Amino acid sequence: MNKTLTVNSSPHIKDSINTTNIMLDVIIALIPAMIISIYLFSYIAAVIIAVTVVSSVFFEWIYNLATKQKQSAGDLSAVVTGILLALNLPPSASSIWLGAVGSLIAIIIVKMIFGGIGHNIFNPAMAARVFLTVAFSSQMTSWISTGADAVSTATPLAMAGNGIVTSNLDLFLGNVPGCIGETSALALLLGLAWLLIRKIITLDIPLTYVATVAVFALLIGQDPLFHILSGGLLIGAVFMATDYVTSPMTRKGKIIFGFGLGIITMGIRVYGNLPEGVSFAILFMNVLVPLIDRYTIPRSFGGVKKKNA
Amino acid sequence: MKQYKYFKGGVKVPHYKNSENAETKIMPIPDIIEIPMLHHIGAPCVPLVKVGDYVMVGQKIGDSDKFISSPVHTGVSGTVKKISSVLFPNGMNVQSVVIETDKKQEIHPDVKPPVIESREDFIKAIRESGLVGLGGAGFPTNVKLNPPPGKTVDYLLINGAECEPYITSDYRETIENSWNIISGINIIMEYLEIDKVIIGVEDNKPVSVDVLTDIAKTSDKIDIMSLKSKYPQGAEKMLIYALTGRIVPAGKLPLDVGVIVLNVASVSFIAEYIKTGMPLTKKRITIDGGAVNTPSNIEVFVGTYIKEAIQFSGGFKEVPKKILMGGPMMGVSQFNLDSPILKQNNAILAFNEKQSILPEQTPCIKCGRCVRACPMNLMPVYFDIYHQYKDVEQLEKLDIMSCIECGSCSFVCPANRYLVQSIRNGKALVKAGGSKK
Repeated sequence: MNKTLTVNSSPHIKDSINTTNIMLDVIIALIPAMIISIYLFSYIAAVIIAVTVVSSVFFEWIYNLATKQKQSAGDLSAVVTGILLALNLPPSASSIWLGAVGSLIAIIIVKMIFGGIGHNIFNPAMAARVFLTVAFSSQMTSWISTGADAVSTATPLAMAGNGIVTSNLDLFLGNVPGCIGETSALALLLGLAWLLIRKIITLDIPLTYVATVAVFALLIGQDPLFHILSGGLLIGAVFMATDYVTSPMTRKGKIIFGFGLGIITMGIRVYGNLPEGVSFAILFMNVLVPLIDRYTIPRSFGGVKKKNA
Repeated sequence: MKQYKYFKGGVKVPHYKNSENAETKIMPIPDIIEIPMLHHIGAPCVPLVKVGDYVMVGQKIGDSDKFISSPVHTGVSGTVKKISSVLFPNGMNVQSVVIETDKKQEIHPDVKPPVIESREDFIKAIRESGLVGLGGAGFPTNVKLNPPPGKTVDYLLINGAECEPYITSDYRETIENSWNIISGINIIMEYLEIDKVIIGVEDNKPVSVDVLTDIAKTSDKIDIMSLKSKYPQGAEKMLIYALTGRIVPAGKLPLDVGVIVLNVASVSFIAEYIKTGMPLTKKRITIDGGAVNTPSNIEVFVGTYIKEAIQFSGGFKEVPKKILMGGPMMGVSQFNLDSPILKQNNAILAFNEKQSILPEQTPCIKCGRCVRACPMNLMPVYFDIYHQYKDVEQLEKLDIMSCIECGSCSFVCPANRYLVQSIRNGKALVKAGGSKK
């Protein structure tokens, strides 16, 4: 037997895609949102992004070191988590330490303890945001207006609760108070376009999510466009709900997932005590993913219809 | 040209058809050839010759009385030096006949055109020809052509898709032997009383499409469909769906939906055999891969050693680190260069060091690419998980046995999971679990 030959199961070729370049594409898709956030909220946004990215990578590195596991930060998923977390924080000075605490929660508690990439139940950035919202609610809702003379204010969703109307054009461009990265719909849609062109995600989840929200708004006689453009809906629909690990794998599953997100988001926004429902909707639907996956197993080609596995 | 159905899933593979313009060169008779007793799916043959026997061209040297089997013949004259064995990549030791050639090439008296008066005669003749599916799987053709009582066949499909990267041997067959293909089609139509034939070919081979279109023009019973290149278009179930819209049920054969699928090279061989009576002893194969000098197509005797075939085609440019029998998606990696070439073999690929190393596995990120890529609409990701837990029940429920092992899932996996390997292990678990019941 020739010991110099490699013997393995087919296939013997692979396309060039890997986890790292998928994450790189997500980072590229987030660049417009980051640029606009720095433009709108000035240097503080850049500082917060830098802090969360560095601390996320650091926590992943230190966890692997402490548990004697192979270093995994090279797959860039911690960078994505860091950026998403930053974009979900308010543009205030306290977000600098909130970001560091959030990264700790996201990486150590939500991701690494569950087994690292691929094994987490919740989207790390989303879970961290919810933790921060509950634990540090005043700091997490210290909104400021955009532009040079930043003054404390409320978000459009909170204002709508008090009967104050914000123009949809301002919402589209991001010229409204809110988290660093969630305000500009334009930037988020550019990111969506990139993800679709690069075939990183399919339109199933964002589209059903947004469509469900729009139909819900129409049915209760509110402006659907306002609901789509305000709050964290678009960043949630494009970047958080489409996280591979915490969303269903089949097309049917993705549609159910998007529908559930829309219903819960609007339920909280319209009937709940909180002005915003995206993060809770995503966390809740994350929990249902294994169940959805289980009930949406497709019928094999030529196979017979069978009961769910 | 009719419209075809587009199967779900599949992947875009690189074509690497480097050898498409390489005209077939005929390799001279080697000094020694070694013919294994198994070139097909089914029971291995028993050698009919013993050490010291003189064998002549076309002589039957191995046969079996099992239904799913196919006899083995020698294409060279010479003396049987030894009855040996070959270690197949699946771990099976298969008996082989080693022949020292005398290069006289005297033809055995049994080799004469078969006399065919009925359908039964035809199927018997095909069995005697030793023909097995030349597309790569090696299913005995006589079994394929013989529908069990009560089943009628209304379509003959000719597979010229050749969707695996690198391989061009079927392509060369259509260009160099188009008249054999057409007469083969006519012979089968006549004896099996089939009056609908569709030839399927991928559109990345325009010359082949032109040649086959000319063939289709000779009869209004023959149709051709140019299929969009998408792997695995040439897989039997995908091809049947594309050409007829019929879906082969899980665990059933094409015959169950009234279809016979034959590879272009098989059809061409049938014509040749009916004309001359010379059994299947020669094969056109593509030689390619990063470690060889000249991508080429050569005609070799079955039983020629891989090393000698590569030497003849131009030799190595680099030290080979992986030797594949077949294409890179479904081909089998070999233990050594001294394995003999088999009947159903259509390519030998020698990979250099860089091509041989697959990237390391990383954790599954549940992206669902394997689910989207699977042409059988399965969920490879779950096979990977449940085979680790040895959960036979789940594997069966998820229909693991329907997997055709085309490799599309592994090809697209960003975590480089060895999905096909897991599935093979999973299938073995299911088979073992089934026998315990």
